[in-house]
Amino acid sequence: MNLLIAIMQTLLFISLAPLLAGWLKWCKCYLQNRKAPSLLQPYRDLLKLTHKQPVVSKDASWLFIIAPYIIFSATVIAITVIPLITVDLPTAASADMIVLVGFLAFARFFLVLAGLDVGTAFGGMGSSREMTISSMAEPAMLMAVFTITMTASTTNLSFAIEHILQEGLVLRPSYIFALFALILVAIAETGRIPVDNPATHLELTMIHEAMILEYSGRHLALIEWASQLKLMLYGVLIANIFFPWGMAETLSLSALGYALLAIMGKLGVLAILLALSETLFAKMRLFRVQEFLSFAYLLGLLGMLSHIILEASR
Amino acid sequence: MSENISHWRTTLQTELEAEAISVNVRTTEATTIQHWQIAGEFWLRFAQLAYQQDLRWVAGWAEQETTAFVVHACFAYQGEYLWLSTALHTEKPELPSQAGIYPAASRSERHTQDLLGIHFTDHPDARVWLRHHAWGKHDYPLRKDFPLQGYPETITPPDMDYQFVKARGAAVYEIPVGPVHAGIIEPGHFRFQAVGETILNLEERLGYVHKGIEKLAEGRTPEALVHLAGRISGDSTVAYSWAACRAMEQAVGIRIPARAAFLRGILSERERIANHLGDIGAICNDVGFAFAQMQFSRLREQWQRTQADIFGHRLLMDSLIPGGVKVDLSPADSQILLQELKALRKELDDTIPALDLNSALEDRLFTSGYLSPATAKTFSTVGYVGRSSGQDLDVRRDTPYAPYDQLDFKVIVEQQGDVASRVWVRIKEVFASIKLLRQMLQQIPEGEQATSWHSPAEHSTGLAMIEGFRGEIISYVRFDNNNKISRFYTRDPSDFGFLALEKIVLNNIVPDFPVCNKSVNASYSGHDL
Repeated sequence: MNLLIAIMQTLLFISLAPLLAGWLKWCKCYLQNRKAPSLLQPYRDLLKLTHKQPVVSKDASWLFIIAPYIIFSATVIAITVIPLITVDLPTAASADMIVLVGFLAFARFFLVLAGLDVGTAFGGMGSSREMTISSMAEPAMLMAVFTITMTASTTNLSFAIEHILQEGLVLRPSYIFALFALILVAIAETGRIPVDNPATHLELTMIHEAMILEYSGRHLALIEWASQLKLMLYGVLIANIFFPWGMAETLSLSALGYALLAIMGKLGVLAILLALSETLFAKMRLFRVQEFLSFAYLLGLLGMLSHIILEASR
Repeated sequence: MSENISHWRTTLQTELEAEAISVNVRTTEATTIQHWQIAGEFWLRFAQLAYQQDLRWVAGWAEQETTAFVVHACFAYQGEYLWLSTALHTEKPELPSQAGIYPAASRSERHTQDLLGIHFTDHPDARVWLRHHAWGKHDYPLRKDFPLQGYPETITPPDMDYQFVKARGAAVYEIPVGPVHAGIIEPGHFRFQAVGETILNLEERLGYVHKGIEKLAEGRTPEALVHLAGRISGDSTVAYSWAACRAMEQAVGIRIPARAAFLRGILSERERIANHLGDIGAICNDVGFAFAQMQFSRLREQWQRTQADIFGHRLLMDSLIPGGVKVDLSPADSQILLQELKALRKELDDTIPALDLNSALEDRLFTSGYLSPATAKTFSTVGYVGRSSGQDLDVRRDTPYAPYDQLDFKVIVEQQGDVASRVWVRIKEVFASIKLLRQMLQQIPEGEQATSWHSPAEHSTGLAMIEGFRGEIISYVRFDNNNKISRFYTRDPSDFGFLALEKIVLNNIVPDFPVCNKSVNASYSGHDL
């Protein structure tokens, strides 16, 4: 039964991710005084891409072709670890937060290789930038994660969230620091403004998009879907670690339904905030990203320090 | 003022006399342009003397006449122009290059060399420029014996052997960009040499939009030429048609009615505002600030819809005819346009502060893409690129033509020379143009829309300059004996914009190139002709 729910939860996650992307687009359009495409547009785009014949460069190796499948699967495995609507599922026990970061790094590794594989200038440029950014984002992410694991005394995400749920609303300075650190990391990792511009057509400014410029058809669909999953993954992480209330603690149908509504509401609000910040800010200069991520790391570190100084003795 | 300026002419003449260089001086219709003819061997020496007199290199072109090739160059000091010509033998046309003195002349000479087969000796850059293997090695399309339809063979072979400047060393790499780009922009190839993300060198390879404008113009009637000129660069259609009209009107010696001049002024300023609005938004979009792009696109779109309603074309194409204008403005329409100015002003007062106060935007635009006043001068930059780097040039003020001689306006000049400055010069020019439009709409006199055309004398020539939205456009025409065009040349301000761009991006990082490029917004089509 639990396993069934775990599978259901993962499928739900996969199917909801394009909706979140659509909602984000909708908010951005609204804020820019534009008419937004339908919320279902990302689904249509994915469907359209699967119908198209993928064009593969003659210089591409086998790596280029399998990379989308690896990236998509690794991201899917990562999301199985994340409690979306309920905690304490069998899949959640299979891996902890450090492995979660590892899964994402694994997906990225193949994305970067695929960018380099075809040998275009843009792909290489994107890969180089992606590695630069991830080398700074991952430590910051781990630092934020460690702050949480220290309070809950576990690196398992599900148990940590359960711990937070049971503890009720406690105002922890360390969590506030960790929250902001995680938000900054999430922006960098999902390639949003001000770090990367997902909507740009300017190859020279791209990071994530530059790596996937050569992809088309179903390969592109998988990569696009994986990045939508990643966006939602970070959204769920932020929502469920710091605001876990509403998650189903029992496996009754009403609790699960209520939890689904709760997480959709939380993600909806997060998307509005993201759209707001994307409307208000310009993309920053590439070399300022390191300041941005160092700041995220610093916040994570401060979170941990404040936990040790202010909270651990209690 | 004019006397002080004219002083350089006398000095230059004396210096030439001292070196026993004979000059044949001809005053033209326009008092601000003098036509000097010298012998070919003094071509380089003249450039050196002109450089000492601080003259700006403006344009260079050539043509084939019945017995000889005639090469022209145009120089200017503030608002006064000096048009220099020399005749060459048809057998082996050769001329010393002026590009060593005036780097701005470099591509223009290569253009002439590719299209007419006039060899410029000691040119610092001997590579072809416009030729992309489209013509045979010894075919020169602008020569009179080359047929208009060319020699259509099979597919033009790829242009593979162009020698780009190479950077060597550890961690240096090359990024080829274009000619086809991801956005809906014109084709042009950019070759970067970069180390890490820092740009060491940028080299442009243009000519992908060569439409053969100069050849197509031959044998056209004046109306047909204006029609063609309006298509050299679609965003400057009014400015280009105006430049062609003015050159032809000068050749014929007719003055357009005051009402026509005002209408041309109104159309031209509207074109300037439309393009500046689009550019401001697009520059912001290139640093990921889509909000501004959306707002300014909307303003531009509304502006162009009004143009479609009142003048019949969104971009105002084909509004001008030789001798006047084709469109007219009823008092009711004038009122609509005046109302629109008020509305635009209000919208801008709301939107501009949103740009001004945005520190994220400021961080990207300030100090990026710096063009020093000295470099701007070296490459003769005009328009907003020049004016944001201290080049105080504006044809409307320096060489006033109707209606601007009766209007009151300020030329915006800044010294910062960065992308932000190029944005702000545009913003201020929009406000200046709003004021100009208001004056013109209120003062527009009654009268004819156009004056009747009469055939020019054989070989009449005209040289005219117009301030388009990108800056000074130069236009040259020569008539044959039958009221038909025998030679037409225009120099787009983008010629200098592209040269400046290669310097603007130095020491910037690769991802900042798009915004630097957009801040210059040079026209590929206008450059390639």
